[in-house]
Amino acid sequence: MESIIKYLWLVPLAPLLAAGIGALLPKRRRRLSAGLAIGAISISFLLSCVAFLANLHSGRAVCNFRWFDFGTTSVQLGWVLDPLGAIMAVMVSFVSLLIFIYSLGYMAKDENFKQFFCFLALFAAAMLGLIIANSLLLFFMCWELVGLASYLLIGFWFQKPSAAAAAKKAFIVTRIGDLGFLVGMLLLYAKTGTLLFYDNGHGCLDQTAAVGLVASTTISLLIFCGAVGKSGQIPLHVWLPDAMEGPTPVSALIHAATMVAAGVFLIARVYPLMTPDALHVVTWVGALTAVFAASIAVAQNDIKRILAYSTVSQLGYMMMGLGAGGVAVGMFHLMTHAFFKALLFLGAGSVIHCCHEEQDIRELGGLRTRQPITFATYAVGMMALCGVPLFFSGFWSKDAILDAAHHWSGSPIPFYLGLLGAFLTAFYMTRQVCRVFFGKPTTPEAAHAHESPPVITVPLVILAALAVLAGFFGTPAWPWFQKYLEGGQAGFDLSKLMNEHQLPVMLLSTLLVTIAIVWSGWIYGRAAARPARETDPLEAAQPAIFALLQNKFYVDEFYDATVVRLTAAFAKFSDWLDRVFLGGLVKAFCVFALVLAWLDRALDEALVNESFDTGTETVRGSGRWVSRLQNGQVQRYLRIIGVAFCGLLILLLWESA
Amino acid sequence: MTTPLANYLILAALLFGIGLAGALARRNAVLVLIGLELMLNAANLNFIAFWRFSPHPEMLTGLMFVLFSIAIAAAEVAVGLALVIAIYRHRRTAQLDRFDSLKG
Repeated sequence: MESIIKYLWLVPLAPLLAAGIGALLPKRRRRLSAGLAIGAISISFLLSCVAFLANLHSGRAVCNFRWFDFGTTSVQLGWVLDPLGAIMAVMVSFVSLLIFIYSLGYMAKDENFKQFFCFLALFAAAMLGLIIANSLLLFFMCWELVGLASYLLIGFWFQKPSAAAAAKKAFIVTRIGDLGFLVGMLLLYAKTGTLLFYDNGHGCLDQTAAVGLVASTTISLLIFCGAVGKSGQIPLHVWLPDAMEGPTPVSALIHAATMVAAGVFLIARVYPLMTPDALHVVTWVGALTAVFAASIAVAQNDIKRILAYSTVSQLGYMMMGLGAGGVAVGMFHLMTHAFFKALLFLGAGSVIHCCHEEQDIRELGGLRTRQPITFATYAVGMMALCGVPLFFSGFWSKDAILDAAHHWSGSPIPFYLGLLGAFLTAFYMTRQVCRVFFGKPTTPEAAHAHESPPVITVPLVILAALAVLAGFFGTPAWPWFQKYLEGGQAGFDLSKLMNEHQLPVMLLSTLLVTIAIVWSGWIYGRAAARPARETDPLEAAQPAIFALLQNKFYVDEFYDATVVRLTAAFAKFSDWLDRVFLGGLVKAFCVFALVLAWLDRALDEALVNESFDTGTETVRGSGRWVSRLQNGQVQRYLRIIGVAFCGLLILLLWESA
Repeated sequence: MTTPLANYLILAALLFGIGLAGALARRNAVLVLIGLELMLNAANLNFIAFWRFSPHPEMLTGLMFVLFSIAIAAAEVAVGLALVIAIYRHRRTAQLDRFDSLKG
């Protein structure tokens, strides 16, 4: 334990080095840079595992150091090894490793292959740094770095204008949330005088826990702003679906499994700071986001966009879990979601890759027989996401959230929103799977698709296994995960499954999910066999609602009409102010200075120059005359002396006479 | 019968005039030096004359002065001649009016 905490910094350092070296390599060193990145993330994974094992039997360990001093205060950074960070580091490095390997196959034909791995390694470094950070400041730095990596990777195919726009949008929208985060951080520093999380009783989290510092709701809400931006909660969710313009491995790694979960992780990390009022807000925002995004996903046709809205919705669940149930509930869903959502995205990538970049689910179909492995793993991911009972991880984690919401003292509404979200989730996932894998191929590309190479399918299989297994670590019968995070021993007790608190919720959600799957399967199972461009069955039934959902509740349009237009108008006004008013003022000053300079020059030339010229001419003339005396003839000098002497003598005699 | 002081002084003045004329009029540096020497000796003669006719001729002040003056003159001539020779070696002439490189 003592030793691993000292070397914990190696976990983010290895990928950082890989990124740095990769950046310096020439473009054609594809294998080397990919090998470096994968090797580095393997090292990180192994180290994380060692740290995790070391942490299993001991408590929290921290290692702080002084970064710099100013005045009498000093800024301290550090890293921490606790259950929350350890398990997150293992998850992130493992999923990263799989996705790096997957990218080998997926990006094989891309000309900027080397750069891609360089960016991925940078992202992994920043994300792991964020996880082990023991200071809100270090956390914030890594937070911004993952934002940068996300920007670079969304805009990886920057030749596409939509990708460049999406990258900008992601960067700017998250920046709005980060502003709140930054202000919250400053307020926190003003209040506690430290940004370290844990520092032997002096860190900001220690203070709230031990001394009973009254944490301010303002601070918690401002920090939550950062999480809202990063984790795509309402109203800053608009960037996440657009981020799907990036390569699919990026969507899987950054915009599904890890980076977007950083917001959830942030709230889990600073949980002691969150006041009950702030947690109310977190719960409500999460519940609303869960339903809002899930309903949009029902009407989307792009395979990745559906998954993106699904991610937003699941992040809403995590927030709800954090707000209503605590750290363990939210983090458990984060873990399981990371596995099955990465699996779904990678599966979608496998489909897209083999169907010539076709992403429209209406254009796909019948891939079940052509891509059996992808289909099987995708089905596992889909069932995990829907929460099919007992054997899939999503069931256990989502149920824990619903259960927490059910017992939440604040309001019963989030619970019902959660149930509605679960229903919608099952519905749209079944719709997607029916469209993509069942029925008959609707286009020649889909008809000639074939299974992806092993470098793509093996990560799928591993993730599918985890999507099933991860759930068993947190069932009510054996709540190992919860006990690990909160401290305490987990006992195996099958009877807890049957207690009267949880059983009704489980049965209710199971019922809803079953109805949704059957209903959706019935609608779309039939529809999948029909021609591609036929109107969606839902659209035929409720055209107005479907159009509203398909256009994402017009949130983008609303922002365009209000925030963007307002900003543009203000920018225009500022531009006018700058150009006409300030520019005019500056120009007037310039003209004034020019006139002054003109006057000055005229005066200078006429008066000063002329008088100086005359003066110097006089001096030169007299000099010329005097220099004639100095002719070098010694005897003339002597003669002059003699004459002068005689003159002096005569004068003296004259005077005396 | 002793000669009066005025005669000595007149002789010395003549000597000085001759020396001055030589120093001013001659072009040859050696002859200019000779003129200078004549003027110096005219001054020495004055010293001796004034000493001889002073109220206390038994104090050998004038004599001492002249001896010093002669010694210094000898040194001066040595330096002067050396300079003349150096210039001669350099310019291949001892004509003073040719040495005008210091003119303004």
